[in-house]
Amino acid sequence: MSRVLMKGNEAIGAAAIAAGCRFFFGYPITPQSELPEYMSAHLPEVGGVFVQSESEIAAINMCYGASGAGARVMTGSSSPGIALKQEGISYMAGAELPCVIVNIVRGGPGLGGIQPAQSDYNQATRGGGDGDYKLLVYAPSTVQEMVDLTQLAFDKADQYRNPVMIVGDGMLGQIMEPVEITPRAAASDLPEKTWATTGVRNHPGRRNVINSLFLKPEMLEDHILGLFAKYEAMRADEVLVEEYQVEDADIVLVAYGTTARIVKSAIGMLRAEGVKVGLIRPITLYPFPEASIARLPERVKNLLVVEMSMGQMIDDVKIANEGHRLVHFIGRTGGMIPIPKVIADTVKHILAEHHAGDAAHVAVGVQMEDL
Amino acid sequence: MAKGSVAFERDLCKGCGLCVSACPEHMLAMDEGVINRKGYHPAHVIAGMEDACIGCALCAVMCPDLVIAVEKFEPTKEARS
Amino acid sequence: MTSAFTRTLGLTTVETHYCPGCTHGIIHRLVGEVLEELGVLDRTIGVVPVGCSTLAYDYFNCDVQQASHGRAPAVATGIKRVLPDSVVFTYQGDGDLASIGTGEIVHAAHRGENITVIFVNNAIYGMTGGQMAPTTLVGQKTTTSPLGRDPHTAGYPIRIAEMLAQIPGASFIERVSSDSPPHIKAARRAIKRGFETQLAGEGFSLIEVLSTCPTNWGIEPVAALGWLKDNMIPYYPLGNLRDPRKAVRP
Repeated sequence: MSRVLMKGNEAIGAAAIAAGCRFFFGYPITPQSELPEYMSAHLPEVGGVFVQSESEIAAINMCYGASGAGARVMTGSSSPGIALKQEGISYMAGAELPCVIVNIVRGGPGLGGIQPAQSDYNQATRGGGDGDYKLLVYAPSTVQEMVDLTQLAFDKADQYRNPVMIVGDGMLGQIMEPVEITPRAAASDLPEKTWATTGVRNHPGRRNVINSLFLKPEMLEDHILGLFAKYEAMRADEVLVEEYQVEDADIVLVAYGTTARIVKSAIGMLRAEGVKVGLIRPITLYPFPEASIARLPERVKNLLVVEMSMGQMIDDVKIANEGHRLVHFIGRTGGMIPIPKVIADTVKHILAEHHAGDAAHVAVGVQMEDL
Repeated sequence: MAKGSVAFERDLCKGCGLCVSACPEHMLAMDEGVINRKGYHPAHVIAGMEDACIGCALCAVMCPDLVIAVEKFEPTKEARS
Repeated sequence: MTSAFTRTLGLTTVETHYCPGCTHGIIHRLVGEVLEELGVLDRTIGVVPVGCSTLAYDYFNCDVQQASHGRAPAVATGIKRVLPDSVVFTYQGDGDLASIGTGEIVHAAHRGENITVIFVNNAIYGMTGGQMAPTTLVGQKTTTSPLGRDPHTAGYPIRIAEMLAQIPGASFIERVSSDSPPHIKAARRAIKRGFETQLAGEGFSLIEVLSTCPTNWGIEPVAALGWLKDNMIPYYPLGNLRDPRKAVRP
């Protein structure tokens, strides 16, 4: 299979089609619009259906209907549009419907900006719709990873009967990188969608109902416990993480997506100076790779979390850390992108301060409270 | 001579009275002497008025709860001649 | 002896939760009868709203999806695009369709989606306890218009059928009523025409059914029929506004 140079947003579309997605419902929004544009051109070529919906809300609800009818379906948007979809996403989690949702994150809050950000981590992993539910959340770091994770997402969505979110950012959506996209048939061990509303003639003797309403609290509680049994299975089986040069590290950085690439550049600079530094790169934001942090050797006294936000993933790092190490933060927000030298300088500052016995919490451009 | 007959599934009735108002023969009423499983006075044919039924089924058309089944009698040879 | 009326297979035997005299029961039955008569029950998927008829997923004898408030036309679009040989209908009240869902209903009609929409207009919000609806009449008292609807602050009631009828993709639009047997029979004919429009692939169909809400109007069921006839029909005239088989244009 040959490699082609593709823009991130378009590569997601191509990957989805190669994974058997035949239905896309979406609405234009910067920096994601190339995804619906790509799908509008290429889905009809394979007999698929593209609908430009009247809003992001309509799009997620079209996904609900299409997924409930048994199809592999995708929608995409960017931060404020994903905010609009939250009720629909919650409904899909409650009704146990598969779906792949792509968020190409831009600066917020509100209309915010159109430059890359990572300020939707909480939205993706703590809700952002109502009620007790979780999404399986993938955070690619390269366009190839966007391709691979998009294709994996369709299988996982079907396997768990749950929406799966791909969290990219404006950089990943717009960047062009060489990618290999291979057709990927649905995993052979996926169960048949006998629950889908395809008409009683397709499942005689039984009516299928897609619903998230359980008025009796005993029934709703049971239902939620069932959902969380699925999420426990996700936590056991679906964690994806990259541990980069962690084995001999004295200090470990935690970053994902575009930020992780910048951190790797900083690590290159630091290692050249003899600083032993590594990176834990979550690839699943939920389930979060807690074990990677928990099992760090005693030698590692400091973690530095780097995010393009005011610090959202840092909470999960602190939870996994359970107070064992100092957790520092450095970030840019509003669409600003951190640069390797500042990250490297911060690492050296932390190591120096730590040796001097002081805990430091440093953020360039963003002042954060001490731990 | 009745041209039709109606049967009420009394425990389905919510006592709304729509059938009573729809019946052109005014032969239906709520049975004040009975309280059904739902706690309502169910609709019934007024005693002695069974023969008034013309099998028009307007009662069943108005009923929101599928309480009423309606039969229409075929005219006998004598009636037709 | 022949049966002049038996219950339709289009509805399950589950007893409905609707209030005594609520015309949802009648309208549900008409939909069930039409689907049974057309022989399409086993390839029908219904979409039920948020409102009193949320629980209709227990009453329609076919596959059903429960949709978020107002979004049933979008959900129906998703289903119909995946299963174009199926019969897809939505069943929505005046909050669902005429308030939060106006975007979705306009655009489903605009796209000419081959779905059939049953719009139940009872000029009030039933499920939530009797608040004003966009279809509430001027002067009508509700729990959020306790002094009566004032058009200066709350606007005039919205006529959905007329509004949609001028959209090119809206192929069959008719307003009917559930207040009397002749009107109910006309409603059944219109609902059947709507589904026939879908089956012929002729585009979007919507039947607006004027209905009662005795509980929240505060009127006995039989008197509520009279209130509908005297107050709603003059403002919401009955009749066909679009029919692909006729050269009817608004």
